[in-house]
Amino acid sequence: MTNSLNIEQNLAILDRMLLIRRFEEMLIDLDQDHDFGHYHLYIGEEATGATVVESLIPTDLLLTTWRNHGHLLARGTNPGRMVAEILGRVDGYNKGRGGTLHLTDREAGFLSTSGLVGGAVGLAAGAGFALKQAGEGNICVVFFGDGSLEEGVVFEAMNLASLWSLPVLFMCENNNSGAISAQEGGFPSSEIAASQISDIPKSLNIKSKLVDGADVAAVHAVVTEAVSNIRSGNGPVFIEAYSERWPGSRPLWPEQATGVTQLEAAWDQTVITGEHADWVRKFDPIIRFIRSQLEAGLFSKDELFDRDRKIQNQVIEARAFGEASALPDPQSALDGVFAA
Amino acid sequence: MPPDSSANIQSDRNITLKAAVLEAMFEEMKCDENVVLIGEDVGAAGGVFKQTEGLFETFGADRVIDTPISESAIFGLSVGAAMAGSRPIVEVMFGDFLTLVMDQLVNQAAKVHYMSAGGFNVPLVLRTGIGIGGSLGPQHSQSLHSWLAHIPGLKVVMPSSAADAKGLFKAAVRDNNPVIFMEDRMTYNLKEHVPTGEKIIPLASAAVKRKGVEVTIFAISRAVHTALAAAEILLEEKNISTEVVDLRTLAPLDVETIVSSVRKTGRAIVLDGGYKSFGITGEIAATIGELVFDYLDAPVMRLAAPDIPVPYSPSLESLMVPSVDQVVAKVSTMFGDSV
Repeated sequence: MTNSLNIEQNLAILDRMLLIRRFEEMLIDLDQDHDFGHYHLYIGEEATGATVVESLIPTDLLLTTWRNHGHLLARGTNPGRMVAEILGRVDGYNKGRGGTLHLTDREAGFLSTSGLVGGAVGLAAGAGFALKQAGEGNICVVFFGDGSLEEGVVFEAMNLASLWSLPVLFMCENNNSGAISAQEGGFPSSEIAASQISDIPKSLNIKSKLVDGADVAAVHAVVTEAVSNIRSGNGPVFIEAYSERWPGSRPLWPEQATGVTQLEAAWDQTVITGEHADWVRKFDPIIRFIRSQLEAGLFSKDELFDRDRKIQNQVIEARAFGEASALPDPQSALDGVFAA
Repeated sequence: MPPDSSANIQSDRNITLKAAVLEAMFEEMKCDENVVLIGEDVGAAGGVFKQTEGLFETFGADRVIDTPISESAIFGLSVGAAMAGSRPIVEVMFGDFLTLVMDQLVNQAAKVHYMSAGGFNVPLVLRTGIGIGGSLGPQHSQSLHSWLAHIPGLKVVMPSSAADAKGLFKAAVRDNNPVIFMEDRMTYNLKEHVPTGEKIIPLASAAVKRKGVEVTIFAISRAVHTALAAAEILLEEKNISTEVVDLRTLAPLDVETIVSSVRKTGRAIVLDGGYKSFGITGEIAATIGELVFDYLDAPVMRLAAPDIPVPYSPSLESLMVPSVDQVVAKVSTMFGDSV
C-alpha cells in the first residue's frame, strides 16, 4: 500500500503507537503491584486506533469499548489521569467511578466506553443522529470488536444508521485471527455464521471495507475515504480492520507474552526469540511500521530510540502521577447519581 | 383536531389526560428545538392510541421520527443523542416492551452521568403506556414500574390526572436525567380542568389529593382514583376520615410528604396496580416502619396485583386490579371491623 501520509503524520502515528505500547506494557507491571482488576489491552491493534484519529477533527465524537486505552491515548488523552482512573483515584477522568472498562474523556470527544458488548453501537447511532440534526458536518466514530456483531442491538443500530443516513463510522476491530478456539478449551473471539463480518452491514446497504488493521498506510487510505464520504452526508460506512491477535490477549487475563517490545526487532531478527517470535516478526504493527519507515528513510535508528525514550519517560511520569493520586472519599460515592 | 396554541384560549379547559400530555409535547417542542419525538408509529399515523396526533404535521419528519421495530436501538440511539445535545422523547408503545430496552436503559442511560463523574447528562423522556384492562393479555398489560424505580439514576413518573400529567411531563422534558413517564391507558380519557399557560409540577413531589385525619391511602397512577372513591365511601358509610396521597413520582420518592401524612393520621395503606411482591407497596410500608413507626396505630396494609401473569378473560383480568370495595374493606379492618 502506497503511503499517502506526509512525514509529520507518519511521525505522529509512530509516537501514538509507541505511547500506547509503552503505556500498556507499564499496565501489566502496574497490575502486578496494585491488582486493580480485570482489564483489556490493545497491543497488536495500535496501528488502527493511532491512524484512524489522523482523519478526524477535534469536534468529532467517539465511542469505544472496554479495550479503550489505545483509542483514548491516540486522541491525546492524558496518560497520567488514565492511570489514576485505572487505579480508582480522584484524579482519574471519571474520579474513580469508571475504571479501565469505562475510561472516558469528554474533552477529547469520547462520549462513552461501554462494558457491554455492542452497547456503545446503539449510542453511536444516537450521537450520529444528534450530529446530523446539528448540521455542522461532524461525525461519530464507534470502535467495537467482532464479537459485537453477535448482539442484536448492533444490527438494529446499523439498520437505523443506514435508513437515516447517519454520519457514523462503524469501526469494527476484528482481532479474531489467532484467537484460541472453543475446541481447544479457550475463548473464541467471535462466532458469527456470516462468511464475512462485512456481509452483515452490506445486507443493510452500508458501504463496507475490509483492511489490514496492522498496516498504517492501508488503514489511513480506507478511513480517510470513509470519513470524507460520511462527512459529505452519504451515510454510514463500516470498516473491518483485522489483526492477528497478540498472544498476550489470548488468555482470559492479559499476559506479557512477548516481553517488553524491542524496537531492534524491526531490523535485527536475532532479538526476536521465544515461542511467539512469529507474531512479533510478522504481525506486530509497530515493528512492521518501523521496518517500512526505516526502508523509506523517514527517520534514523537514533531518532527512533530518542522518541521511544521520551515516550517511556512520559509513561513513567504517568504511572507516578496515578500512584500519587489519592483514593476518593468513600462518602463521595453517594454524590452525583442525578444531574442537576 | 390537534391541540395547538389556540387551545390555550379555549374557555372549556376540561381535557383528557391523553390530550394534556399531547399539549405538553406541543409546548415543549415549540419552545426547544432540541426536543424530538422518536418511536414506532408516532409520526404520520399519530400514535396507535392517537397519543401523538398532529405533532408530525406541525414539526415535520425531522423532529417526529418514525422508527423500525427496534426498541433496543431506538432507545440506545436516544441515549446517545441525548449525550450529544438532543432532548429526545422516546416512545415505547407498551410498558411490556421495556424488557427490550433494559440493557440500554439500565446499563447505559442510568449510569452515564454517574460513571462519567458528571461529564455527561442524559436528558430524555421514555414515555410508555401501562395498565390492565381491555383484555390485552399477559404481554401487553404489565405494570413494571417497580423494576425501574429500583435502578439508581432513573426517574419514574406516573400521573393520575390530566393536569398533573401535563405539568409533570413538562418537568420531565426539562429534566437533565432519564425520566420514564408511565401512563395507565385506563386513565387516557379521564377529563379534568387543566390550567392554561406554563404550569410545571416538580418531579419527586407527591400531592395530597384529599385531606383526612384518620388513615392515609398512598396510591399512584390509576389507583389514585380507586383510593378517592373508597375515601368517599369510608366517610359516608363508616365515618372514617381518609387522606389520599398521590405519589406522582416513584423515583425519587417524596418521603417527606409520606411521613408527614402518617404522623397526622397514624394509619397507612398502600395501593398499587403493580405486583405486590418486591414492589412499591412493600417499599413504602418499610419506609413508614423505619421512619414513623411510633406514630402508627395499626400495621401498614397493602393492596396490589396478585403475583400472576395478567390473564386475558375479563373475568380473570378483573382480579388484577384492586377494587374500591377491597380498599373499603381493608381500611375498615384497620379500625377493628372484621371482614
